[in-house]
Amino acid sequence: MSFYIASSPHTRQRRTTARLMQLVIVALIPGILAQWYFFGWGVLLQLLLAITTAYVAESLCLHARERSSLSALRDNTALVTAMLLAVSIPPLAPWWVIVIGVAFSIIVVKHLYGGVGQNLFNPAMAGYVVLLISFPLQMSSWVAPVELTGQHLSLFESIHLMLFQYTSEGYSVEQMRMVASGTGLDAVAMATPLDHIRTDLSQGLTLSESLQAPLFSGLAGLGWQWVNLAYLLGGLFLLQQRVIQWHIPAALLASLALLAALGTLLAPDQLPGIDIHLFSGGTMLAAFFIATDPVSAATSNRGRLVYAALIGLIIYLIRSFGGYPDAIAFAVLLANMCVPIIDKYTRPTTYGHPRRKLQ
Amino acid sequence: MSSLVHQFSHEDLLRNRDDIAAGKLWQFPGGIHPPQRKELANKTAIRRLPPPPRLLIPFKQHIGQPGTVLVQEGDHVLKGQPLTAPGPNSGLPVHAPTSGRIKRIGEHPSAHPSALPVSTIELLSDGEDEWTEKHPIADYTALSSSELIALIAEAGIAGLGGAAFPTAQKLAADGQLDYLIINGVECEPYIVSDDRLMREHAAGIVRGIRILQHISGVKNVLIAIEDNKPEAIRAMQDACSGTESLAVRIVPTRYPSGGERQLIQLLTGREVPANGLPKDVGLLMQNVGTAYAVYRAIILGEPLLERVITLTGEALQQPGTVWAMLGTPVDTLLKQAGYVPYPNARVIMGGPMMGFTLPTLDVPIVKGSNCILAPAKRELPASTTEMACIRCGACADVCPASLLPQQLYWLARDHDHDGLREHHLADCIECGACAYVCPSEIPLVHYYRQAKADMREQYIEKQKAEIAKERFEARKARLEREKQERLERHERAAEARKRALAEREAKAAETAPASGTETTGEPSKPANDRVAAAIARAKAKKAEQQKAAQATENPEGQANAKPEAQTESSNSAEALKASPDDVSQTAPGSDPENDKKARIAAAVARAKAKKAAQQGSD
Repeated sequence: MSFYIASSPHTRQRRTTARLMQLVIVALIPGILAQWYFFGWGVLLQLLLAITTAYVAESLCLHARERSSLSALRDNTALVTAMLLAVSIPPLAPWWVIVIGVAFSIIVVKHLYGGVGQNLFNPAMAGYVVLLISFPLQMSSWVAPVELTGQHLSLFESIHLMLFQYTSEGYSVEQMRMVASGTGLDAVAMATPLDHIRTDLSQGLTLSESLQAPLFSGLAGLGWQWVNLAYLLGGLFLLQQRVIQWHIPAALLASLALLAALGTLLAPDQLPGIDIHLFSGGTMLAAFFIATDPVSAATSNRGRLVYAALIGLIIYLIRSFGGYPDAIAFAVLLANMCVPIIDKYTRPTTYGHPRRKLQ
Repeated sequence: MSSLVHQFSHEDLLRNRDDIAAGKLWQFPGGIHPPQRKELANKTAIRRLPPPPRLLIPFKQHIGQPGTVLVQEGDHVLKGQPLTAPGPNSGLPVHAPTSGRIKRIGEHPSAHPSALPVSTIELLSDGEDEWTEKHPIADYTALSSSELIALIAEAGIAGLGGAAFPTAQKLAADGQLDYLIINGVECEPYIVSDDRLMREHAAGIVRGIRILQHISGVKNVLIAIEDNKPEAIRAMQDACSGTESLAVRIVPTRYPSGGERQLIQLLTGREVPANGLPKDVGLLMQNVGTAYAVYRAIILGEPLLERVITLTGEALQQPGTVWAMLGTPVDTLLKQAGYVPYPNARVIMGGPMMGFTLPTLDVPIVKGSNCILAPAKRELPASTTEMACIRCGACADVCPASLLPQQLYWLARDHDHDGLREHHLADCIECGACAYVCPSEIPLVHYYRQAKADMREQYIEKQKAEIAKERFEARKARLEREKQERLERHERAAEARKRALAEREAKAAETAPASGTETTGEPSKPANDRVAAAIARAKAKKAEQQKAAQATENPEGQANAKPEAQTESSNSAEALKASPDDVSQTAPGSDPENDKKARIAAAVARAKAKKAAQQGSD
């Protein structure tokens, strides 16, 4: 009689990578729904395009690398990358923007570095930065929240705009932006709250003047505050499910909040406060979904605290003093670069060894 | 205690002792909560089975040297009779667990993942279970520590928690001790051997603890039990009541809190130094089963013949605990428990976290065994495809030794032994918590075991290479020295000969000043001749070689021969200066073929010289 031979342990937690990624996708749903509600069909169309591109790119890469594609495709990591990038870009950006971004993320950032677990940089954020630098115009024309426009662009018009960059009536996104700021009619595209503040401040307005705009009738910008709250909800679900640990979100939000508070104290009319920093832009998405990408983050819990606090710092610095309204992608990539050194100095002390000092 | 002083300042140590006494519990990092599954086997009392018809008793069932066999095939032995004499270095004897006949002494598959054959005594039970003479000690306090330690060694007691380290050796180690810790944690899922033992034999365990206390001179004892064993806790508390020095500590259920180092951290906040022992931090730890075995050995005079084994898993119809004689084959036990076999089944010796699968069931229970787990087909997940590491760090979060399992994994895959050493692979206790939580289902512990084995092998190879290098260097030095000595000897000899020659010449000049030089040379003529011949041979050989090299005949060679021939005799004195050694080197005498060639060449040279001389005289 033959027996089954295996190495210990003989039992497992049965929580596979694929399952973890599924939970991440589930946790993204509230945020996606909020974005769809406030910014229209474009959000879902971008997601669809991104997911399709990700699967095609992943299959091609796995085929080229002679890996069994089925099991790797089933791990859902490409899916998460695609979704994170899709929700980060303007909902009405031309179709080829997201295709190029996702293809770059999957092919260059993930597979050219050796596939799952080998990439040094967060694939979605590296893709985002490539898009931001290559297509600054397309990447900065965000959609006005439904609260200002009253109704969404129809699905048909959204598709038309994404395919041809013009609505069926012949308006481009840019033209609509001008229309919106001039007449208040059919405002489809406009700056994000962070962009808005940035532009106003650069034109010599004070923060309180800038916040008078109709966009800021809520906590941190119409639409955006709810999107951020929805991602916060998803993030809390991930924490509750123990998919992520508290260290990264807590450290990121704490460092950003602390700096924002400090900024408000020092220059209340030039630097936005905690509310704007935490609930506008991509802050919650970054804290719970992007910075927590385990592959490109620091490995020990202590290291993760440092890593996330560093992201918070860079976000604050770029938003306040840098050349871009939001800075999630740059901050994450810069912190990714620091991971080896963070890991080196935050290694836990092994049992029975003397406490390590900084060398 | 030196490490303890190193770890704590004097005040800290005093505070630490106060904290321990006050019942404080510390934390160890990491740990997991796998499903306990203890209820399968802990509901029923420990069963006592009739002696099995056949027992397989390996010589060595502990960490250390095997003993030498005392019995022969065909011998009749009594229960409790020693079968081996303890080997050197605190080796332990094994005893006959029941009376019967020795059928065979030879190799048999071992209770090891490889089932590698080991020296084993096969005993056929006669069913009488007849005891040899027992020597119970009525009053152990009358005996000294060393006498008691000797008795414990004679009883063959090894740590019954699983490591099977000789208990006597552990007790004999000197050093000042703060606490004796009795480990009744039993954190591994499924296993309930210690649980049942504590419930049913608390009094015996406590008596064993008292003996251990007496031997080691430790005043205070901590008995640690996980909070998932309320009955055992109650039983032990009852048995300890009235004894002030014994305290039961209830520790939270978390795997691997029963690991020696983890439990020490949990109960005392101290860390056993890497490469150190618990005694280095003033502690001694024994398993509850060991304490009970000590009680039976000293008070009842019974050597270690049996132990509690948990038979569990859903493939068993009557799971539970049994008193299994050491040497009982696994299949005998499984049959007793109603094992329902199925194709490609898994039978695990030990628990699901640290046990090993058995390739065959015809292996014996040994001193370190504590559980046989026979899971049903879908009870424990089979290992599936290993996926890529996503560096999620779940492994690092659960590692009780604060290692970085994923770094160790990358390093092990790269065979980076320096990196592995730097990341303290040696401190991995192989508890399996990392592999348990890994979402990519990477068999991490397997990688570590392989890397450890590789490193051990490399270390042994390196040791061997170093020894070989040392030997080689020593040989080289010796040869060099001998050569030097030889050269010196030769020089001295040449010197002596030169002096002798000079003396002789001076003497000859004195005695016969009128006679010519020809007569002067006569006494030494034989030597002269030999040397001259050798020189001629060498030169001839050289000439021959040159000639061969030039390929065309050199007419001057003939003419050159003449002066040589003429100076032949006048050179002889000079030739004498050269040491015989040199001569023997220039004239190849060792190789017969070369010798022959040289002689022919010399003859040719002589002939040519003669001819040239004749031509010259013409």
